[in-house]
Amino acid sequence: MSAAHDDHHHGPAKGLSRWLFTTNHKDIGTLYLWFSFAMFLLGGTFAMVIRAELFQPGLQLVDPNFFNQMTTMHGLVMVFGAVMPAFVGLANWLIPMMIGAPDMALPRMNNWSFWILPFAFAMLSSTLLMDAGAPNFGWTFYAPLSTTYAPETVTFFIFAVHLMGASSIMGSINIIATVLNMRAPGMTMMKMPLFVWTWLITAYLLLAVMPVLAGVVTMMLFDVHFGTSFFNAAGGGDPVLFQHVFWFFGHPEVYIMILPAFGIISAIIPTFARKRLFGYDSMVYASASIAFLSFIVWAHHMFTVGMPIAGELFFMYATMLIAVPTGVKVFNWTATMFRGSMSFETPMLFAIAFVVLFTMGGFTGLMLAITPADFQYHDTYFVVAHFHYVLVPGAVFSIMAAAYYWLPKWTGHMYDERLGKLHFWMSFIGVNVLFFPQHFLGLAGMPRRIPDYALQFADFNWISSIGGFMFGASQLILLVVVIKCIKGGKKATAQVWEGAQGLEWTLESPAPYHTFTTPPDPKLIHAQ
Amino acid sequence: MLPKAKLWLGLVVAALMTLSTNLQAAWELNMTQGVTQISRDTYDLHMQILWWCVAIGVVVFGVMLWSIINHRKSKGAVAASFHESTKVEILWTVIPFIILILMAIPATRVLTEAYDSSESDLDIQVTGYQWRWEYRYLREDANEEEVAFYSILSTPRDQINNDLPKEEHYLLEVDKPLVIPVNKKVRFLVTSNDVIHAWWMPAFAVKKDAIPGFINEAWTIVEEPGIYRGQCAELCGLDHGFMPIVVHAVPQDEYDAWYAGQQQAAAATRAAANNVVTLSAALEQGEEIYNRICIACHQANGTGLPPAFPALAGSAVANGDVEANIRLVINGVPGTAMAAYGRQLNTVELSAIITYIRNSFGNSTGDLVQPADVNTILQEAQ
Repeated sequence: MSAAHDDHHHGPAKGLSRWLFTTNHKDIGTLYLWFSFAMFLLGGTFAMVIRAELFQPGLQLVDPNFFNQMTTMHGLVMVFGAVMPAFVGLANWLIPMMIGAPDMALPRMNNWSFWILPFAFAMLSSTLLMDAGAPNFGWTFYAPLSTTYAPETVTFFIFAVHLMGASSIMGSINIIATVLNMRAPGMTMMKMPLFVWTWLITAYLLLAVMPVLAGVVTMMLFDVHFGTSFFNAAGGGDPVLFQHVFWFFGHPEVYIMILPAFGIISAIIPTFARKRLFGYDSMVYASASIAFLSFIVWAHHMFTVGMPIAGELFFMYATMLIAVPTGVKVFNWTATMFRGSMSFETPMLFAIAFVVLFTMGGFTGLMLAITPADFQYHDTYFVVAHFHYVLVPGAVFSIMAAAYYWLPKWTGHMYDERLGKLHFWMSFIGVNVLFFPQHFLGLAGMPRRIPDYALQFADFNWISSIGGFMFGASQLILLVVVIKCIKGGKKATAQVWEGAQGLEWTLESPAPYHTFTTPPDPKLIHAQ
Repeated sequence: MLPKAKLWLGLVVAALMTLSTNLQAAWELNMTQGVTQISRDTYDLHMQILWWCVAIGVVVFGVMLWSIINHRKSKGAVAASFHESTKVEILWTVIPFIILILMAIPATRVLTEAYDSSESDLDIQVTGYQWRWEYRYLREDANEEEVAFYSILSTPRDQINNDLPKEEHYLLEVDKPLVIPVNKKVRFLVTSNDVIHAWWMPAFAVKKDAIPGFINEAWTIVEEPGIYRGQCAELCGLDHGFMPIVVHAVPQDEYDAWYAGQQQAAAATRAAANNVVTLSAALEQGEEIYNRICIACHQANGTGLPPAFPALAGSAVANGDVEANIRLVINGVPGTAMAAYGRQLNTVELSAIITYIRNSFGNSTGDLVQPADVNTILQEAQ
């Protein structure tokens, strides 16, 4: 009896039921991360179809309708399936260990919020096999292309988005409840690791905007099935309203995908520079300012819809302002490296690449903020290059940096450093060959979301495609590294990295199934 | 240097030179300066903000690179202990703010100019359709003959499908370009008939969304005669990549002559509305229209892309009642890409295209639809 009792409390259940019924934050974190990786490969496959079709001018592989399905599904799967769940997975694994809590505050809801996702994406992906085809109106699904003129499968898309939103809302409630209520004694707000801070802010953003997304897809549902005319001009509706509502969700969404990345980078750079993070307080305030500003800049995605000039100016100035707190962050990271004692293990390589390449995405973001210049950039490959720079060598690199950084803590083994570095350099070169030429394509006049292009765009397109194939293939190295690391490798110490700070490094590696069932010694909690 | 190495170097240089001369256009790196005051101002803004970014990048990445090279553990660097400095932090908050103000001033000025569409010399209504543009020249006198036409991609499908070599203006050529006079303020009233499109002409720095239910304003004063090419910039469905924009900017007298010619042609078309046509003429004209308009969805062999874009070959409509067929083409199918062609084509064209589809792709009704038949149904529809 007592043995069974111990088993129940101190180790995971066996077999499939461990994963189906788990309420353990580490198991759920693992589920999220594997799910995210699967979606990354699926969305990546869609991207490979896009780049293969764009390798040469002319239509070679797919028809324009399928091409549109690919761009739409690539965006949806990457945003909602790869990047967001990866951050939630990291939050699950790390936040309780970072704040000295035994688990997430709402473990059963945690299980539910994960298990919704596979169903949501199965539903979304199943549209590819249907007669009417997958959604083909872009991941921004502008009405009326996505309502009056949509394929019948739009209803599956709407329901899938509702499910993803429900999952995100539950995930963020859980994170807020955990961070606000379950910090160990001595873990004051201003001692929390920045990853916890940025996730707390992100969770509030999610809570604020996911219902807006749910609202806009519900309005679509009514337009499609119940005869309303929210977005149908012929019925007195307003297609521009769609864009306002969508981007009121969509712009904070951008920061939802980058704020946790800021937290990760703020953990990794001090570790490998062996020097305390420069300007912790200003990092917290900068994150909060960015989150606030993210609510008042949405219409910079809509400079060409014909807003009155006062609106254009307001959104231009507000958008430019974001450069200030974002700049503070970049300067702080640089100052942390300055006069440090640096070493360059794989997580640090990804973190440095993040700072440089995300900043380049930030620069093009600043250029896009200049309204008259945006008239030329808008809806071209310049925009494609911009948001891929902030999302791929931005958000995605930060997730990879995090994976390498915490893998030894998760698995108890060191990963293969040589393969890790190979993965980094292949990804780094690949991502730049892939996206840098797209700046030139956009400036030269190539619109986005086209399956075929004029001849003057041919050369940079094939270069970009080569980079794409290289980047895509090199992600398989990551899969090998992770599997090797789970199976074995050099035993990791508790500290793992010489310069690592924080409660998670006081736990043995791999971290036990249950941690901090009693609060950690307050003396272990230091200012960041 | 070894002779062999010299030879190789020479070859590489020669190859690079050939490449750079042959592909100069293909390796275009930067935004066009364009041919209007606004486009040049926009280009200047673009360069100004770009150089600010480069300057900031050089400083930040420079410090980072210097630290990476010099402050590495393998070189025995010992970490300093500083972790904040209010002075420095205020400095790097204030300096970017000042740079932003310096950028916002010229940006505001250019935007204000670009938004002033008052006192135009010529107004043209630009309407987006899936997937073509309609240009309608607004008249001062309603009794004047109206000039309005559709502008459709003229690149043959065989080039798109790689069956023919692609020509110089592949995908950037249309059957009837928009014609405007140079050095005149031309105002565009941009709207859409179905989904959202965007009318973009890089050389004028004009990009405006065409939104159903809205009329957006844009304007330009083109300073140099020439042929300018652009594309639809907002995803608008299947053939979004295949609805280019071509503008001929010509001297005023040339424009006047063209405009008068268009008015005469419009009058002639109206006069021919009830002409009797022969089967061979109708089939010939029908095929030409089919390849211009219908082919995108219904495909070259009439098989369509079901279920969104139904087949015409063997279809119940094209083989059934003629009158029902005419009605469908005139009124379209609401909520689909099948537009109401009664508003887009004239009676001769409508009769030709209906005759064509009823006698092609294995359909063999033998029907010859006359413009008068179409006209009757068109009248009652109105």
